[in-house]
Amino acid sequence: MTVPYLEALQEFEPVIGLETHVELGTNSKMFCGCAAEFGAEPNTRTCPVCLGLPGALPVVNEKAIESTVRIGLALHCSIATWCRFARKNYFYPDMPKNFQTSQYDEPLCVDGYLDVEVGGETVRVEIERVHLEEDTGKTLHVGGATGRISGATHSLVDYNRAGIPLVEIVTRPVTGTGERAAAVAKAYVAELRDLLRGLDVSDVRMEQGSMRCDVNTSLGRPGEPWGTRTETKNVNSLRSVERAVRSEVERQAVVLRSGGRIVQETRHFSEATGTTSPGRSKEEATDYRYFPEPDLVPVAPDPAWVAALKAALPEPPSVRRKQLVTQLGLSENDSQAMVNAGVLDLVLATVEAGAPAAEARNWWLGHLAQAANSAGTSPDELAITPAAVARVVELVASGSLTAGLARQVVDGVLAGEGAPDDVVAARGLAVVSDEGALGSAVDEAIAAQPGIADKVRGGKLPAVGALVGAVMKATRGQADAAVVRKLLLERLGVSE
Amino acid sequence: MSSTDLTRRTAAETAAAIAAREVSAVEVAQAHLDRIAAVDDRVHAFLHVDAEGALAQAARVDAGELSGPLAGVPLALKDVLCQEGIPTTVGSKILEGWRPPYDATVTARLKAAGVVLLGKTNMDEFAMGSSTEHSAYGPTHNPWDLDRIPGGSGGGSAAAVAAYEAPLAIGTDTGGSIRQPASVTGTVGVKPTYGGVSRYGLVAFSSSLDQAGPCARTVLDAALLHAVIAGHDPADSTSIPLPVPPVVEAAQKRDITGLRIGVVKELAGEGYEAGVEARFAEAVELLTALGATVTEVSCPHFGYALPAYYLIAPSEASSNLARFDSVRFGLRVGDDGVHSLEEVMSLTREQGFGPEVKRRIMLGTYALSSGYYDAYYGQAQKVRTLITQDFTRAFEQVDVLVSPASPGVAFRLGEKLGDPLAMYRQDLATIPSNLYGGPAMSLPCGLSDGLPVGLQIMAPTMRDDLLYQVGGAFEAALPAPVPSLSWES
Repeated sequence: MTVPYLEALQEFEPVIGLETHVELGTNSKMFCGCAAEFGAEPNTRTCPVCLGLPGALPVVNEKAIESTVRIGLALHCSIATWCRFARKNYFYPDMPKNFQTSQYDEPLCVDGYLDVEVGGETVRVEIERVHLEEDTGKTLHVGGATGRISGATHSLVDYNRAGIPLVEIVTRPVTGTGERAAAVAKAYVAELRDLLRGLDVSDVRMEQGSMRCDVNTSLGRPGEPWGTRTETKNVNSLRSVERAVRSEVERQAVVLRSGGRIVQETRHFSEATGTTSPGRSKEEATDYRYFPEPDLVPVAPDPAWVAALKAALPEPPSVRRKQLVTQLGLSENDSQAMVNAGVLDLVLATVEAGAPAAEARNWWLGHLAQAANSAGTSPDELAITPAAVARVVELVASGSLTAGLARQVVDGVLAGEGAPDDVVAARGLAVVSDEGALGSAVDEAIAAQPGIADKVRGGKLPAVGALVGAVMKATRGQADAAVVRKLLLERLGVSE
Repeated sequence: MSSTDLTRRTAAETAAAIAAREVSAVEVAQAHLDRIAAVDDRVHAFLHVDAEGALAQAARVDAGELSGPLAGVPLALKDVLCQEGIPTTVGSKILEGWRPPYDATVTARLKAAGVVLLGKTNMDEFAMGSSTEHSAYGPTHNPWDLDRIPGGSGGGSAAAVAAYEAPLAIGTDTGGSIRQPASVTGTVGVKPTYGGVSRYGLVAFSSSLDQAGPCARTVLDAALLHAVIAGHDPADSTSIPLPVPPVVEAAQKRDITGLRIGVVKELAGEGYEAGVEARFAEAVELLTALGATVTEVSCPHFGYALPAYYLIAPSEASSNLARFDSVRFGLRVGDDGVHSLEEVMSLTREQGFGPEVKRRIMLGTYALSSGYYDAYYGQAQKVRTLITQDFTRAFEQVDVLVSPASPGVAFRLGEKLGDPLAMYRQDLATIPSNLYGGPAMSLPCGLSDGLPVGLQIMAPTMRDDLLYQVGGAFEAALPAPVPSLSWES
């Protein structure tokens, strides 16, 4: 038995909650001087502190405190005047000290909110807390079929990520969203991501794990207490946030309808199936034995410093968006279409990188939106940056690429072949407009289709299109079509 | 000069002789290495002797590459401080064979000052104990009587100094592990102000209490060493960013006229041996005779110090010792492809930790667990605040406080091993200063039944100089007793 999403939400009230982890883009780690960077050789960005060697001690990264306070301020939170780090104790091989230095009952920022637009309405998502902690290392389970621990023959640990500053942003339970629950969850994460990007505190790349979401979902019958919640982990794209909520709503509705009981547990989201599966049960909960971290002195942000940070905050993305849309003369329809497609910020960023607004819009709403759709991802998670799109637009404008070639270049970038100029060079995609080089292709096309050539000679100019097409095909699209047409007409002794 | 003469000198004398080129640092180092070779099979103060490194460092001093008030003076380092490339076991099997890839800040400062590191000294495992009997590598013997304990946890450091194996040693003091060994070996031991000496590279027992400090045979030597190792360290965020108190000047002052000294009412009576109380009473008389104004001061919450300590220290230890899991360093047991990761961790900890360490991990785990936190750890922190208030109020009336350093003289090996609470009570008088964070010293104040008794001096935070001022004056009036070392012949 299945219960479709909308049907489920006619019977049950959803409550959602989001816990978002964001890796800060600081130069160094949270408690030591190691470089906080993505993609280095395993275990090369480590030292006694982030390896948890005996005797090593942490020292707080002040830039991480500053970034966290700025995030808190941008989310309208109160900033603690005095707070402490706490140790969260549990054993795991990728936790060097077997405790995570985190914050417990004294977070840096509390009681804020983020307004998000869903279907033309504003929904206020309340923020319970924003706190700072350190990331763990990464464990790779080797030898099994799935990469999961079961079936693996051994595990490898990379501590490069251990100790990278991690901000956790926790919402209060979001109620009353009804059938918009999944859309609200997605819109919240998207808005949060844009806000963090605007603050320049993280690169917020969900696909690389620098922004990760845990989605809490419960269902209850109207008028009754909230249902038992599940926590879905491993939600690594905006689209997945929405799908995770939908999937949990549908799953829980089946259980509840049949008189069953929801188990409070962690569930894993599968990108492949769009469904969740049970993980560790929270009912046999770990006792983390939190206590204040004795190796660190309390953090006491100076109110004057906090006020200065607040005054220097950039405009929130919603305001900036409206300003840019006006500046660029985009219509309300256009901007709404871009919002719906999730490309408005990408278009604006492409314009900021030098492309005309219309070109930027066409790329993101056209070819790139299709590419995202067929890849089952969202446009902002494509492997192309707004700057790269702007570069392609520039190459077309300068005559170096035709529209067809430009698409090939973009596809090359999406396929990971490098920056646009790298793809042009590697694939040999420069436009051929040299008449000498095109001459033989033109001659061959005329020789291959004498009937059509005669028609053109006889004055049926539109027929030349077939010959142009043949030349373009022979040159794998690299020829400048206008030049080809001119050459063909010359050879056939026809003038326009 | 005979090598015996070289080992009997104070650190200050040795440093002066080396600076004046009367003797080379290499000769001094060799004399101490010879001494260790001659007696340490009986004392067992050392877990590791680094003759090669010591002689190389001494040669650098002789070559003029390193200088300073203690350049060329040998020192024994407690095996809880990391020294790059030198085995650091913390007295535990779980770290057997581990060689740290880095120097503790204390170690680095000693090296930079030209101090000659002879080796690593024995200790109760993870600094948990008061007799050094909890070392996984066998006990250290008290040079005053080899059948007796040298105190703990830093029994190795104190015994090395008392047996003339080194003029100086570094200890660490979490609940008395520098002062109680000093007390029972007739040496000088100082726990500096918490945050006065960097903890970076000190293998943690209890982070909010641990503090490294000097062990020596004279107050001046302790001050000279204190000055080398103290001072702000950005790698330890609990390190205090203030100048080091003028400890060397204070040690040389030898004047306590008008100083107000408080005798702590609560650190006497039940649990204190009569001989200790007698020597302490004489010490108080002597301080009065030296011109100090002595009064009795009450610190009403000191009676709760021991239970509070035995909740806070094990709680922090249970978390600090979690990293010993076989994954990245140290012992690994059961890694045979059959046992699971969790089983390997459990087996390693089962076999790697001794009974006292396990007892404290369990105590701490319990005290921090959900539902018990408020009643145990939380309550202990409140008591800690009250004890701190006792000190603050006392220091409104007096400049320093005094008490016996240890309730008894050195007991016999094995005597209290089966009675953890009796062992814990060794630290009755020393623990309050750890909970408060202020500095405290133990220095010899005579003998009881032929065994040393220690006088404890406690001062306000960052007034470590007062310890040395009082200690220096007291020592000048009552020189420390000298052990007969009759077992040598």
